[in-house]
Amino acid sequence: MTTKTTSGVGFVEAKRAHFDTPLTLRSGEVMPAYELVYETYGTLNADASNAILVCHALSGHHHVAGYYESDDADQQKQSVGWWDNIVGPGRPLDTDKFFIVGLNNLGGCHGSTGPASTNPASGKPWGADFPVVTVIDWVHTQARLADLLGIQQWFAVVGGSLGGMQALRWSVTYPERVKNTVVIAAAPYLTAQNIAFNDVARQAILTDPEFFGGNYYEHGARPRRGLRLARMLGHITYLSDDQMGEKFGRELRNDNLSFGFDVDFQIESYLHYQGDKFAGYFDANTYLLMTRALDYFDPAREENGDLTAVLKRAQSNFLIVSFTTDWRFSPARSREIVSALMAAEKNVSYAEIDLAFGHDSFLLDDPYYHSVIDAFLGKDAA
Amino acid sequence: MSSVTHTNSQATARADWNVIAGWVQPGERVLDLGCGDGALLRMLIDQRGARGYGVEIDATGVRAAIANGINVIQVDIDRGLAEFRDGAFEHVVLSRTLQTVKQTENTLREMLRVGREAVVSVPNFGYWKNRQAVLNGRMPVSEDLPYEWYDTPNVRFFTLADFEALCEQLGIVVKNREVLDAKGQPVHEEHNFLGSLGVYRIARK
Repeated sequence: MTTKTTSGVGFVEAKRAHFDTPLTLRSGEVMPAYELVYETYGTLNADASNAILVCHALSGHHHVAGYYESDDADQQKQSVGWWDNIVGPGRPLDTDKFFIVGLNNLGGCHGSTGPASTNPASGKPWGADFPVVTVIDWVHTQARLADLLGIQQWFAVVGGSLGGMQALRWSVTYPERVKNTVVIAAAPYLTAQNIAFNDVARQAILTDPEFFGGNYYEHGARPRRGLRLARMLGHITYLSDDQMGEKFGRELRNDNLSFGFDVDFQIESYLHYQGDKFAGYFDANTYLLMTRALDYFDPAREENGDLTAVLKRAQSNFLIVSFTTDWRFSPARSREIVSALMAAEKNVSYAEIDLAFGHDSFLLDDPYYHSVIDAFLGKDAA
Repeated sequence: MSSVTHTNSQATARADWNVIAGWVQPGERVLDLGCGDGALLRMLIDQRGARGYGVEIDATGVRAAIANGINVIQVDIDRGLAEFRDGAFEHVVLSRTLQTVKQTENTLREMLRVGREAVVSVPNFGYWKNRQAVLNGRMPVSEDLPYEWYDTPNVRFFTLADFEALCEQLGIVVKNREVLDAKGQPVHEEHNFLGSLGVYRIARK
């Protein structure tokens, strides 16, 4: 039995692409072959000029929008894509006009080749041997996927957070292949504080006794405790102080203090739930890779720290978006990108959106936020 | 602070913009502060081949400017223009917006830091109709000051003479001045009495 959904794109299915041409990574290591799992929504037009690539953030994947058909109504309902509210007929990433592509990045844990996949050289899971992948490596693999789909130039590359960094990377690595770039809640590089948070998250995983140096698969183990702590820490940085205060305050789970160390406050209960849920499905090695990719992102390095000089290579129009309560990648970090783009004399617009939900605001269905993206993509749409 | 100011008083808006367009040379880089929906920039791009950016704080204006294909940056002018580099523009335009800005002196200084010249148009509280209103015991509501006292976005109230005195004090030279009456016609005498709107081309000494 299937239930009717209110989703814009309805039921979707993941596809799989195999790549046999070896890929030399930024680290110098070579991936001899790999697979990427992806989804598409809408129809590619005859001259392949209406394609939009959606890049995912730390815990995201290829299932951007729609539902997976299932006999289990609850399961079907919960299978909604992670950015469904922006993709579909009449939505900003309008599937009546655009052909939307989402993929799971190399090193991911949702179907693309990653640390849990089998290493053909050993016949065992890659585990600790999986190479460290970076944002530019992802962009190269995404370009190969574009080749496969017959897309010479993206109408737009769009992403939030780490996804925004991929979009920015696209604009300077393949300037002639990007017409519009949308960078949401991102930064031109991580600060020491950002890296420090990532380090604590990684230490939680690396020091978990169940980690086995990254080769936990063959031990039938999983470093759940470490991954749970990493996610709890990360989750705190995604929310704003105000929102947390408003949602949980000092509210107690039961009416009385326990005078112990079990869950007293609602915020503890919430974080534990989020940590447990995440540790139940996400792969710890992928978490390590994703946070490292964040740390290493710094395109200005190629020009001795001069972001303007790097961005001069870009040919696309840019939309940069930030959220007032985001303290992980604050508006000031987005304004650094805007400032460099203006110094490079690029076409750029910048919207600073007043939303209460911190870094995670980028996933919200806010009318102003969405109308800005709609206006930007609509201004010269086919 | 500043909102979509360009849509007010269309008759004089045109005259104001024509003066500004006349001072912008072909191909110049222009920054329009308080750009609203970007209509002035659109005119400067289409008529003068200008390039540049608008600054707008109001969400409606930002969305409209983006839809119009204008580069618009959503920042608060009162926080300064830190995103813009020294001398990045030939002209920095502030059309009918200075009276809505709290940091008046800093805004003028910042404009002349990021621009070689600035073009500022300001409503004249000293315009005779406004003086008459005050003499009659009421705050002025006129073509270039269309708001009631209780809903005005304006926070600074000054005459053309006041503005010129401030420029003098800040070491700013007025290179050109065009004063328009309430119908957008040029005023050639008694400008602080007969002028409803002043348009100034200013630079550092």
